[in-house]
Amino acid sequence: MLVYILRRLAQTVLVLIVTSVLVFVGIFLVGDPVEMLVNPQADQIEKDRARAALGLDKPMWAQYGLFLKNALSGDLGNSFVYGEPALRVILDRMPATLELAVLAMVIAIVIGIPLGLYAGLKPESRMAKAIMAGSIVGFSLPTFWVGLLLIMLFAVQLGWLPSTGRGPTVEFLGAKLSILHWDGLKHALLPAINLALFKLSLIIRLTRAQVRENVLLDYIKFARAKGLTRNRVLGVHLLKNIMIPLVTVIGLELGSVIAFAIVTESIFAWPGMGKLVIDSIFQLDRPVVVAYLMITVLMFIGINLVVDILYSVLDPRVRLESAQV
Amino acid sequence: MIRRLAARLFVAASAFAAAGVPLHASAQSTELVIALSAPLSSMDPHFHNLTPNNGLSKHVFENLIQTDEFQNLRPGLAESWKAVNDTTWEFKLRRGVKWHDGSEFTAEDVLATFKRAPEVPNSPASFALFVKPIIDVKAPDPHTLVMKTAAAHPLLPRDMTSVQIIHRSMVAAKTEDFNSGKAMIGTGPFRFVEYKPGDRVVLARNDTYWGPKPAWSRVQFRMITNSAARVAALLSGDVQMIENVPTADMEKIARDPNLTVKSAVSNRIIYLHMDSGREKNSPFVRTKDGKPMEANPLRDVRVRRAISKSINRDAIVERVMEKQAVPAGQFLAETFFGTSKKLPPEKFDPEGAKKLLADAGYPNGFQLTLHAPNNRYVNDEKIAQAVAQFLTRVGIDTKLETMPSNIFFSRGSKLEFSFLLAGWGSESGDTSSPLRALVGTFDTAQGLGSANRGRFSSAGLDAMITTAMTQLDDTKRGMLLAAASEKAMAEQGIVPLHYEVSAWAARKGLAYQARADQYTFAFDVRPAK
Repeated sequence: MLVYILRRLAQTVLVLIVTSVLVFVGIFLVGDPVEMLVNPQADQIEKDRARAALGLDKPMWAQYGLFLKNALSGDLGNSFVYGEPALRVILDRMPATLELAVLAMVIAIVIGIPLGLYAGLKPESRMAKAIMAGSIVGFSLPTFWVGLLLIMLFAVQLGWLPSTGRGPTVEFLGAKLSILHWDGLKHALLPAINLALFKLSLIIRLTRAQVRENVLLDYIKFARAKGLTRNRVLGVHLLKNIMIPLVTVIGLELGSVIAFAIVTESIFAWPGMGKLVIDSIFQLDRPVVVAYLMITVLMFIGINLVVDILYSVLDPRVRLESAQV
Repeated sequence: MIRRLAARLFVAASAFAAAGVPLHASAQSTELVIALSAPLSSMDPHFHNLTPNNGLSKHVFENLIQTDEFQNLRPGLAESWKAVNDTTWEFKLRRGVKWHDGSEFTAEDVLATFKRAPEVPNSPASFALFVKPIIDVKAPDPHTLVMKTAAAHPLLPRDMTSVQIIHRSMVAAKTEDFNSGKAMIGTGPFRFVEYKPGDRVVLARNDTYWGPKPAWSRVQFRMITNSAARVAALLSGDVQMIENVPTADMEKIARDPNLTVKSAVSNRIIYLHMDSGREKNSPFVRTKDGKPMEANPLRDVRVRRAISKSINRDAIVERVMEKQAVPAGQFLAETFFGTSKKLPPEKFDPEGAKKLLADAGYPNGFQLTLHAPNNRYVNDEKIAQAVAQFLTRVGIDTKLETMPSNIFFSRGSKLEFSFLLAGWGSESGDTSSPLRALVGTFDTAQGLGSANRGRFSSAGLDAMITTAMTQLDDTKRGMLLAAASEKAMAEQGIVPLHYEVSAWAARKGLAYQARADQYTFAFDVRPAK
């Protein structure tokens, strides 16, 4: 187990270095941050001053060297736009994104797995067909369109929920969370549903396919023959076996919800990381983009690790030592 | 792109919602919620010279001189000012102004501001610009300031409209201190309450304000960058006013009985710049059959005038801009300082354009590529498409290449284009800024031509601009600037297309004075009588 985790860590460092080089070169190729940042009325003297103040007057390799040196001591540089440490700018907005992602995944799982089970067990019923048709709609509609539709229906027409923004927050374990506050939860509901819709459809379809495959297998027949109750067969034997692929997908999807909730965040004016990173890319705010990708890479690697460990819990046949990733 | 698609879909989605919009928020409540269209980068009034930052800052802090809705100067923290001689200015400060912490406003605060403003660390766009011309400043008494400039600098009063005055004790305050609220002590009509980056700013009324009291005890500014979401927030009553109403939703909002729209011609012009610098081998000029062309036809004023004549500005304004623009014939609309009364928009005249092209020696035209940003100005990509089609019709076969602004401006400043579409907002509210930046000969030492991406150059025009910039008498300077504008247009240093119109929408029952400088001021919003 320890060797496995150490090997993973070494890979992580490599991936981080590659990512940072790619972002540095990428932004360098896109354009000159100073052109985006200085006021258009500024003259050349002011442009040169800004370039020097942001450290952009040095050659690129020197800028990268400086970045690496500071990064080793945990400093990913100051944001060009906000003038504050890039890491802090991102971490300030992280709770907003995390709570939205978690709420969305909870909605997707709590609704998705039962519906998928039902559709898998009674594939011929009308209800099951309706669920499957709905799931196709769920992942073929574009997120921003569904988002606007949700706003028009629930906020503008019915007036049940607020249209945009994040509600009041409650301090919890040092992080400011809004979903623990009733009004905050109301604000989070629409964006979370919007974000959950695609994942929900995915989980329904995956669960159904797994159920269809597994109910025909011998162990289910044996359990039934043994006279176990229907609930025990489903809840213990079947569910445990179909969980393995589901955990993988849910894990990776959680990562993608956190990292790429950009469209939903901008439609619902949700002050999270996704909106920040899009603005930062437009303004060529390199320190923020680099730091964001570093965090994302770390997060994906972390989630993968957790998923692998969960495997071994769910399925005793899987041993981490032999896993090749 | 997503934003634009979303806006289009929004129109479709809201078609069925147009009937009966519920009104949740009452305009009578003393809290006002306004949706801003762009995020702020800081609360520090001297950190980043950016329109959204400056707009918010002016609620808490004030300037020596303020501007009205047409950007004319009016007294602020200074009650009066005058030029004692060519290089000396005297400002009389307002008495009895109290800071939010109760202390009294004096000349010492201004001295502290001038010390801090140019020296904020890591500033991506500093305010040094406005303070730099002042080489010496003294306060003979607590309510008088004497400023000295190296040369005659008639723009000094205009510069003072951009520098927010901070409290003397904050001379060494860090940007973080402003973001946290610690240093947010101003003299303005609102006190700072809370700032959540990327989300909202909350302000409360300053009951000891020296000027007219705001109508609202509390104001929230929410940052909703997606334009369809901003409109939805207004429709649902979550906010009572929005800025930058998307052109696609304009008609629907104007028809809605629960909403009102206010608009004003802005100080931003959309224009075309032509490569008139390179004598030959301009990168995107080709002969009619697509071969590289040695001569640069864009250097010929007749060709540039032909380009101007071939464009139907009324059609662009009507169809592309949904009437949210005004056809342009010079750098700024006539309501602004330093404009000419003799420059109506060029008439659409394709035959005249063909004739000019023939006179210039290009009876069959040539090929050209127009470069334009696609996420910077209202409908920028569509305007560029229309321009390319108009030019193709008179024989200049024009291809179009658009790109995000972060790429566009870097490449444009490296002179990689032959023909480009861009915009210019004159923050100072007079024509000196576009004259100097867009058509002045590129010269870093003199600060001329800083955005002259076509490298247009005319010694005669440069002389006129320089003369105007040393004329302290406002009336005379206005006339000199108007004459310079006329010359710049006669030589077609740029081809003006239109002035953008900025629009605000609010729930019925709110009155707002729309402004040319695009600022959204909560203290200008009042319950309608």
